[in-house]
Amino acid sequence: MIERFSSGFHPFVLPFLAGMIFVLGYCVYGIVRILFQLSGEDRKKFLVSLVTPKTFVKNIRDIFCDCLLHVKLWKRNRLLGYMHSSIAFGWFMIILLGHIEVMLFLPERIHLFYYPIFFNFFVAEADSTIQGSLLFFLMDFFLLVILSGIGLAMVKRVRSRLFGMRRTPRPSLLNQIGLYSLWAIFPLRLLAESFTAHISGGSFLTIPANWVFRQFLGNDLNMLPTWWAYSIALGVFMSVLPFTRYMHIPAEMMLIPMRNAGLKVRNARKGFARVQVYACPNCGVCIDACPMSVDKANLKDCTVYLTRQLRRGNERRIAEISDKCLLCGKCEAVCQVGVEGPKLRVLNRAERKYAVKADYSDIPTGTLAGAAEGGKVLYYSGCMSQLVPSIGRSMESLFRKAGVDFCWMDRDGGVCCGRPMLTAGRLEEAREIVRKNTEIILQSGADTMVVSCPICYKMFTEEYSLPGIRVVHYVHYMEELLEQGRLVPRRGDLCYVYHDPCELGRGCGIYEEPRRLLGRLSSIAEAEKNRAESVCCGGSLGSLSLSFAKREKITRAALDNLYTSKADAIATACPLCTATFARYADRPVRDLAEIVDLYTDGKLKPDTI
Amino acid sequence: MTDFGFTLSRSSALDLTKADTRLYERLCSLSPDARTCMGCGSCSATCTAGPYNGMSLRKVILGLQRGQDVRPMLKGCMLCGKCTMVCPRGINTRQLILNLCRIYD
Repeated sequence: MIERFSSGFHPFVLPFLAGMIFVLGYCVYGIVRILFQLSGEDRKKFLVSLVTPKTFVKNIRDIFCDCLLHVKLWKRNRLLGYMHSSIAFGWFMIILLGHIEVMLFLPERIHLFYYPIFFNFFVAEADSTIQGSLLFFLMDFFLLVILSGIGLAMVKRVRSRLFGMRRTPRPSLLNQIGLYSLWAIFPLRLLAESFTAHISGGSFLTIPANWVFRQFLGNDLNMLPTWWAYSIALGVFMSVLPFTRYMHIPAEMMLIPMRNAGLKVRNARKGFARVQVYACPNCGVCIDACPMSVDKANLKDCTVYLTRQLRRGNERRIAEISDKCLLCGKCEAVCQVGVEGPKLRVLNRAERKYAVKADYSDIPTGTLAGAAEGGKVLYYSGCMSQLVPSIGRSMESLFRKAGVDFCWMDRDGGVCCGRPMLTAGRLEEAREIVRKNTEIILQSGADTMVVSCPICYKMFTEEYSLPGIRVVHYVHYMEELLEQGRLVPRRGDLCYVYHDPCELGRGCGIYEEPRRLLGRLSSIAEAEKNRAESVCCGGSLGSLSLSFAKREKITRAALDNLYTSKADAIATACPLCTATFARYADRPVRDLAEIVDLYTDGKLKPDTI
Repeated sequence: MTDFGFTLSRSSALDLTKADTRLYERLCSLSPDARTCMGCGSCSATCTAGPYNGMSLRKVILGLQRGQDVRPMLKGCMLCGKCTMVCPRGINTRQLILNLCRIYD
């Protein structure tokens, strides 16, 4: 391989060079800024994790699998997975192979940024370069892979339904410029390399193309314009990149190490939150997933639009989107990148100032002092269970049947667990409620606390510190009672479909235990969308602004999802879901406690009587 | 004065023409459904904070219409949302309370 130009430079590389320097400069500036926005502790944690061998290997593996191969997307949708990985991995391979070529043939040029990208322009083939044929073949192969991906992307822009996506976000003007320049890059590269293939050499794609072009063009005049066009397309793409969704490419490479370092979002706008906002690729998977999207009026309130408005700094829309969300967590569950939509919303709510501060000094904390001493179980039913009294009654009956000595903490009204306050973004008030409850519970002298509401359970496990007290969800507790033989199951004849409540499933990761429990007592059916994909019942306290009337559509859509199976009744494990579904359902809606109570007998062991 | 064993309580009559309802009007512009409240008291019956500090959303709205200070009641609210669930008029009570907490000055 010999060089065509002794200077190793041609002015056509300038657009690419300018774009490249701009984008690198922007990214370095962004990384430094974000590092400074992190708290000292987080920054240290992050930097240490970068040099820890274990996290280092995990970072490399995750970046390779998620950013280049899109493994998660493949698992979800093969067509989309192929489309994205063909472009990302193909492009990566072309850049890598370009560098290998330069290192093999012209190692003295490796310090030039543009050389590996425009290698075929700068070299001419000599007899000694037959070893390059494999590299040339690979180059053409990966270019073909990318072009197939671009072809799919074009089809998807017109008919997204073919790719399993009903709705995609509308791209802004800059995003369109970015998109079309990205589409232009690879066909232009093919053209440019084809025009020079008789000089620089090529493979199965570029050599036949070169032959065809020479049949009717016959001269080399087209060579330079196509290389210029290729360089300009690259330059345009890179200079708009920081202002488009393509910023997710560098941002995701920052997000993955930060997540692996165990960082948490602490500020609504700065640091890790900023990285998440930029890492959102605007794919729009969250639009179809969002339970609110059944109503057209809510289409622009899902996470993809939240990140967009956060980038634009549109405060009015940020507040609107943050307040409307049900915080069901489905967008986070389906997100390929790991944008924590619900958390970002809660933190944005927390930015708001309230003139009236809460004051809970009237709440006495000694009401239960010593009430649960001597191994009694403390039972907390939660506020919402008071609207579904059958849950508390069933729990009471179960405790009696199993011979468990218990103390019902909030039978005649008690203090809220604090989660509604927390999700409303009033973090200080929520902490005050937590403090009150902690005092009450610690004074009761209990060593086990059973919680029957998943909203409260999530709060108790995540935000409370109750030393010496085992907090158990009632599903686990009832299962224990059955296993110990203190409750004897009787099989029921109804077929139940189990609805995963958001806070229990996506919130606490409890999917199998309720099904196992239900399976012991009756036959169960599965809804079309279940487990992590379960649809919010629409009653969620997460939403601040959705009115009662607007929730009906969401509830009906969630019920439709449950109706698809041949179930006689709906089972769930959340008082809020039970109350919400019962309003519109055409078949009975029962909480797990009711079902277990219905289908079990007590069998007291002699030593417990 | 001679102690007859009973006293006359002060008149609880309100002069609504003198009541300062600006806060109520401002609240209604943010949460228009406040106007649909019919004062049934379902919210107060289910209220978690009620037993502790006398919080009652019915009284809060009534107090605002009469230009009274309702802050002592508001302070006890825990946003648990039971009032939203039981409201027969479908008023988004949690949003109403949050709006009220914001605009008070």
